[in-house]
Amino acid sequence: MPVTFRKQRRKLVAQIRGEVDHHAAEPLRREIDNRIRADKPSVLRLDFRNVTFMDSSGVGLVMGRYRLLRTWGGKLELSGMSRTVERIMQLSGIEKIAAVITEKGSSHETRTNHEAGN
Amino acid sequence: MKPVQTMKLEIESRSVNEAFARAAVSAFASQLDPTVEELSDLRTAVSEAVTNCIVHAYRNSVGRIFITASVYPDGMFSVKIRDKGCGIEDVEKAMEPLFTTLGDERAGLGFAVMESFSDRVRVRSVVGKGTAVTLYKRIRGRADG
Repeated sequence: MPVTFRKQRRKLVAQIRGEVDHHAAEPLRREIDNRIRADKPSVLRLDFRNVTFMDSSGVGLVMGRYRLLRTWGGKLELSGMSRTVERIMQLSGIEKIAAVITEKGSSHETRTNHEAGN
Repeated sequence: MKPVQTMKLEIESRSVNEAFARAAVSAFASQLDPTVEELSDLRTAVSEAVTNCIVHAYRNSVGRIFITASVYPDGMFSVKIRDKGCGIEDVEKAMEPLFTTLGDERAGLGFAVMESFSDRVRVRSVVGKGTAVTLYKRIRGRADG
């Protein structure tokens, strides 16, 4: 399963797994859209912590889901982004349409230390 | 400068090959002892170029994609991704961030990502004949951090 869902009240968390390229984007899009059309969450969080590779197809995926969410006034959050994922997202100015959630989880500790060392 | 050695790969323009193409180029580049980040940058840039061949060059057909990767003695690495597809009418316009001819599910960031994740991008395109994108990336490697 490339994506699993977890519900927290009116928030839906979609945990994306594996590689997000043009090939993988289509089934991801279908699964997420099916679920959010049914649930109409007020917040959709796309979680990238288990994403091992992403190119600009991931940005298309985010932008497309944003457009759909907007039809019922839903908001979009992005979490668990690696430095590479974040760099690609930044090229698109995605932070204007989605809230970027940074957490102090164990998966981020290495990254934070590394950045502090630079 | 002459390359130390060269690798050639020919694949069909099927999306399932995107992962294979970037993995193959990245495996070839590993002889330069790249950092994890350099390899990740390379994979990302190659993925964008190969995706362009599939979604643009051979939009409604399946064609062949020709990949040539070269290692240079000064640590430069180059990857040429060439197709015999439709070509690009206005390369400058195609390289503008957020410009796309493909509607809502594509961000129009392919070339922007290639430019951001490599040191230099060269594009040569002839309408009706095809496009060649060459990515250059200097691999500094793990030796000097």
